[in-house]
Amino acid sequence: MGIVKNLFRTNVRQYGMIIALVVITLLFQWLSGGILLKPLNITNLIQQNSYILVLAIGMVLVIITGHIDLSVGSVAAFVGAVSAILMVDHHMPFWLALVLTLLLGAIVGAWQGFWVAYVRIPSFIVTLAGMLLFRGLTMIVLNGQSIAPFPKAFQNMSAGFLPDFGSFRVHMLTIVLGILLSAATVVQEFRSRRTQRKYGFDALPIPWFAAKLAAVVAVVNVFTWVLAQYKGIPNILVILFILVVAYTFVTNRTVAGRHIYALGGNEKAAGLSGVKTKRVTFWVFVNMGALAALSGLIYAARLNAATPKAGVNFELDAIAACFIGGASASGGIGTVVGAIVGGLVMGVMNNGMSLIGLGIDWQQGIKGLVLLLAVGFDIYNKNKTA
Amino acid sequence: MSAAILEMRNITKTFPGVKALENVNLVVREGETHALCGENGAGKSTLMKVLSGVYPYGSYEGEIRFKGQRCEFKDVKQSESRGIVIIHQELALIPYLSIAENIFLGNERARRGIVDWNETYVRTKELLKTVGLDENPNTPVGTLGVGKQQLVEIAKALSKKVQLLILDEPTAALNEEDSDNLLRLIVRFKQQGISSILISHKLNEIARVADSITILRDGKTIETLDMRTDEVTEDRIIKGMVGRDLTHRYPERKPNIGGTLFEVRRWTVHHPQQPGRKVVDGVDLYVRRGEIVGIAGLIGAGRTELAMSIFGRSYGSGISGQLFKDGREIRLRTVSDAIRHGIAYVTEDRKQYGLNLIDDVKRNLSLANLKKLSRRGVVNENEEIVTAETFRRRMNIKTPSVRQKTGNLSGGNQQKVVLGKWIFAEPDLLILDEPTRGIDVGAKYEIYTIIQELASEGKGILLISSELPEILGMCDRIYVMSEGRITGEVPRGEATQETLMRYMTGSGGK
Repeated sequence: MGIVKNLFRTNVRQYGMIIALVVITLLFQWLSGGILLKPLNITNLIQQNSYILVLAIGMVLVIITGHIDLSVGSVAAFVGAVSAILMVDHHMPFWLALVLTLLLGAIVGAWQGFWVAYVRIPSFIVTLAGMLLFRGLTMIVLNGQSIAPFPKAFQNMSAGFLPDFGSFRVHMLTIVLGILLSAATVVQEFRSRRTQRKYGFDALPIPWFAAKLAAVVAVVNVFTWVLAQYKGIPNILVILFILVVAYTFVTNRTVAGRHIYALGGNEKAAGLSGVKTKRVTFWVFVNMGALAALSGLIYAARLNAATPKAGVNFELDAIAACFIGGASASGGIGTVVGAIVGGLVMGVMNNGMSLIGLGIDWQQGIKGLVLLLAVGFDIYNKNKTA
Repeated sequence: MSAAILEMRNITKTFPGVKALENVNLVVREGETHALCGENGAGKSTLMKVLSGVYPYGSYEGEIRFKGQRCEFKDVKQSESRGIVIIHQELALIPYLSIAENIFLGNERARRGIVDWNETYVRTKELLKTVGLDENPNTPVGTLGVGKQQLVEIAKALSKKVQLLILDEPTAALNEEDSDNLLRLIVRFKQQGISSILISHKLNEIARVADSITILRDGKTIETLDMRTDEVTEDRIIKGMVGRDLTHRYPERKPNIGGTLFEVRRWTVHHPQQPGRKVVDGVDLYVRRGEIVGIAGLIGAGRTELAMSIFGRSYGSGISGQLFKDGREIRLRTVSDAIRHGIAYVTEDRKQYGLNLIDDVKRNLSLANLKKLSRRGVVNENEEIVTAETFRRRMNIKTPSVRQKTGNLSGGNQQKVVLGKWIFAEPDLLILDEPTRGIDVGAKYEIYTIIQELASEGKGILLISSELPEILGMCDRIYVMSEGRITGEVPRGEATQETLMRYMTGSGGK
């Protein structure tokens, strides 16, 4: 029992966040008369929020290193615009355009990372400048007009679904993937439990372990079952899933991830422990640039147009997602999963409030309060344990 | 014996789960300097926070009487208005404001919200004269050294019509000369009738200025000694603090010294902002395997700068000179170069330069040598826990778990984590910069033991310390630095505090 209690106490924030997400979801499910969790609406929710979630993944790394990036919305718009020029005006194949524009995003990130890491200009200023600079460049590239339509293959990245086999009443591949994923999770959990045993650490007691597994399997399969009722798994969900798994692995398990947290926690101490602080900061910004580019491409593909006004306020949503998800403004604290949950909290609220017919005015205000309360709760908790 | 100015009776203060103070009694008499001693965590700071109102009346049990009157302070302002002023270990001055502005901060000489700068200036002049600080009141505080800043703090306390001055580790960051000044000032205040409470780990200081001593241990009053009537020696105080006899403050050791491990030749470092100024000037030194070599010197002598510039050029510009390890020349351009060549540097400021306080013990321990715990860039976290547990046992780090945040550990245990981190990096040469600053006697002894073990494993140790007894007790050979130069080299047998002091102040060994 002690170990379970301990687990809960040390992870109050994570569990609290997930509980908050569940409560908000149930609340709007009830208020909207059951529309929120309809297969169609869930699919919408994923597609609507994907580009913010991609940004939030990059942003949480930036925030962990103790910086901020205000330029991501403009960079997304800029990259979207360039992709339209390449694909629509110059008929470049979409995969080549994809590679080139992601590279462009990385170069933009390298530009900002250079000023932040090596010249040591505060990131707030560098990226504020970037926000203006790349918004300006977007308008120049687009000549102030929208460019459309994109090739079908490119649109599919955001709007398409995984193909299906056979002809059943539900999307069969989705169901199969759900089963495979839960099987993989179970195997993975058993493996890590075995290593824990081997090292002689306390493992979760059997009943709790079984309950945890059952819960994970249930959630995964219910989720895929619901998606299968509509058109199955959206392509964008696959991209998101891969990003979340990859970045969670990098931040939790790799030397590079450790260096990012150490840098954010105490830059001087990290430097004196052999962490190449400037290089790490630089690469975190390069990564942010590439993810901002991906986000811009997803948005352009979903809208099927590149517009000068694309990506306005994206940075604020991404930053809010990170902070709702438990990241610390002074650096060193934050998780990829947290940022995703934070982004989903915002996304479900947006969607739910629209469903029940609340105006954009109320939506803005309520989101602001939620951000404040989430961080307030965080700080209250921290002071209580200190 | 004079009347009591302060009486604290049966003070009990509980935090959730711990009794920080239990029936503590403290009586300070009019016009005396009263020392408060105890290991870290004994409850000294908590007691002072109760007194000053940081913990408001009602959050503790017991009674406080100041000048015979019962006190029920709700906050610091109320205790200050009665003339009880604390000067904290970490100075609370604002670096960009001038001396005068700092002294009257929150207590401005103003009429209807408009500051009277002339009066501020004149009053500041008077106060600075009292504390013996010859500076222009308009000087920004940030440009002063730590010693002078301490004096500004005291002047600030005086401006509040202080009756009871509480000094929390006032000399922890000061060199011998500044400490000396400060102690003389305390004695002078005593003659003027200002009582003071001195919290200090430096027993020789206490022996010098205190009239009586109250010893705390584990939140309880152990005893109060009167320096004027009782026979009080440093060993006597230590015994009270740790509850056991520490017959030897430095562990016994038979040095086993091998060949030359590391050598520095004509090492010169310039100030990073003022390129013309040499901070380290033509230093030659060497360390042999199994040898503990001390570097003594006053603060500002360039010892930390020497160490950091060697450690992957972490300090300074225009660095010239050569480094040799095992007879071969090495070039250390970055910290990683230095770590790769088996050199470790344990910083003097563990909170700012040594630890990531918001991260846990195990991740701090592993940071400098993640390579050893990882394969193809992926960290084996289970191995990491096992390693951290090994270090926790070996170094006796007192923490409920290696997952504990380092910020929650006491100073001595934090220092053990920093030291452990560098031992895990498996260096041949350890440069230790003030490794026992601000930690209690028990933890010091443990750290000394660890240092000696490392030496006996054949590692070279370069020990920088401002405490001469520590240098004398630990080192096989001692270099003395003054103004960036090595001014003397003394083998263990010939070293005394007096000879070192002469080299340190530049007056020569003759």
